[in-house]
Amino acid sequence: MQLSANRNKIVHSMEDIQHTKDLTQIATHIRIETLKSLVEAGSGHSAGSLGMADIFAVLYFGGVTSYDPQKPLWIERDRVVLSNGHVCPGFYATLALAGYFPVEELSTLRKLGSRLQGHPHRESLPGLETTSGPLGSGLSQACGMAYALTMDQRNQHVFVLMSDGEHQEGNTWEAILFAAKNRLGNVIAIVDRNNIQIDGFTEDVMPLETINEKYDSFHWHVQDVDGHNHEALIDAINQAKSEYQRPSVIVAHTIPGKGVEFMEELPEWHGKTPSIGETVEALHELRSLAGEIEYD
Amino acid sequence: MISQNIHYPSEELLATRDGFGEALVEAGKRNSNVVVLSADLTESTRCNWFKETFPDRFIQVGVSEQNLVTVASGMAAAGKIPIINSYAVFSPGRNWEQIRTTICYNDLPVVIAGHHAGLLTGPDGATHQALEDIALMSVLPNMTVLVPADYVEAKKATLAAIAHPSPVYIRLQRPKTQNFTIPETEFEIGRSHVIRTGNDVTLVSCGPLVYSALEAAEALSLQEISVEVINASSIKPFDLETLLLSVKKTNKVVTLEDHQITGGLGAIVSSLLSEYHPVRVKHIGVQDSFGQSGSADDLYRLYGLDTESIVQKIVGFVQNVRSL
Repeated sequence: MQLSANRNKIVHSMEDIQHTKDLTQIATHIRIETLKSLVEAGSGHSAGSLGMADIFAVLYFGGVTSYDPQKPLWIERDRVVLSNGHVCPGFYATLALAGYFPVEELSTLRKLGSRLQGHPHRESLPGLETTSGPLGSGLSQACGMAYALTMDQRNQHVFVLMSDGEHQEGNTWEAILFAAKNRLGNVIAIVDRNNIQIDGFTEDVMPLETINEKYDSFHWHVQDVDGHNHEALIDAINQAKSEYQRPSVIVAHTIPGKGVEFMEELPEWHGKTPSIGETVEALHELRSLAGEIEYD
Repeated sequence: MISQNIHYPSEELLATRDGFGEALVEAGKRNSNVVVLSADLTESTRCNWFKETFPDRFIQVGVSEQNLVTVASGMAAAGKIPIINSYAVFSPGRNWEQIRTTICYNDLPVVIAGHHAGLLTGPDGATHQALEDIALMSVLPNMTVLVPADYVEAKKATLAAIAHPSPVYIRLQRPKTQNFTIPETEFEIGRSHVIRTGNDVTLVSCGPLVYSALEAAEALSLQEISVEVINASSIKPFDLETLLLSVKKTNKVVTLEDHQITGGLGAIVSSLLSEYHPVRVKHIGVQDSFGQSGSADDLYRLYGLDTESIVQKIVGFVQNVRSL
């Protein structure tokens, strides 16, 4: 299968996995591994992890980023900063499938001694650019990295994955100002616009609309995409890369819990894990999506 | 007796922030990875000298202390050595969680300079007088905490902080204070230094009050009280060895600081002594209260941090202990 072929090698070519079909399969695998690790852990954030699986798949298998799992600190890598650290189950599954560490290790999520901390710890696990979990500080860290790369005349990009809810943090808007002022064209923010947060729907808790107009008025390059459409995501990332004078944001509209029908769109799954019975049901759905019976 | 490496009585007044600002320029010349970030307080933090010398390595973030520290975290992760600047009430006061998560937990070499610390800040009032910053920073794993005593030591501490591979907090003051250390005076992260020997009581202080400790010790010698003075410029790691060596001789300790005693030098010294060598301890510092507007001298008199008050408190303490 395509996945294993891509493990342990630099993914930098569109030829490697060009086909949307492959990315769909990879995203499904990310979802399957995410659910397996979540049910094993007994706690963690399901909805965002599943909802961002397509974005993760595109970033790591869509030929849009340069990285080498054998050399996680490779100086010419693109940086991927996970600001909304609570979706790490999905991110960990992606890193494992990309070859940063064994897939089997995903079952240690949140357990004593694990490198897979409940929220990501940079010093513990290869592939993490920073520690995260406390919301609202990932974008400014990404800006710091981007600023330093610019100073050193390096042309790598800094991708930062953000939740919509963390736009309620002041620190996020401080960073939005900073990136625009410094024309950090090497910053590409991808916002997981899934409309939910722990206490409910974002528009009830603290309205964010219209988030794209807000970015626009802060002098960012703004794109709205379907966060489950791989081709659209790849196009948007390539478009963002062609922006040199402005930071870019891709507002990726996603369905929280995507792929598992009983989880989709429900805020209650933000910070909850499925039971064993629910996981079996979920995996069954995902298996049929992938057309495989690899996992029983 | 007073160490030969100390210039007492001092003949000049200089500000710790000036020593810091000059050290930034020196560090910038030594290492091209040194970058300085300011949150709209460039001149009063003396970052303007670095800015003028290395404009391309100066980053203005505006009034955004959370952004200040997290941008620095990202720059450090990308190989830079950032020194971040604001008043201590704002940084590390406002951005503590970002320092905890993105600097300390990531163990990145960022220097956090907390300016305008203590009652010494004077007329700006309580909102701008940081009295809790040592506590906030000392409690964080991976963090080193330095409180230089004067201009010369501030220079050394700044250069040492920038060369240190992990996070460092350095506490600085606004006004000119007595400059009494000299280039030959020892400074090292993790070391305290006995700058005056004595036998009856150990007086531990940090920051510009160390000079007041020397003045008090000289005054007390006229009252037949022999005071050993320790300059504890490295608050964390704290030099237990030097403290114990002195305390085993004097069996009495006074701590002196321009900071809340809770979580400050007083608490740190008491905590160590209660575990390793329990003796009577007197705390001189801010007692669970805020500051207020006024000249630094007036505030020190009001809060009992002027030399005369220090002398009186130590006399009372020594008599009290002797009568036990």
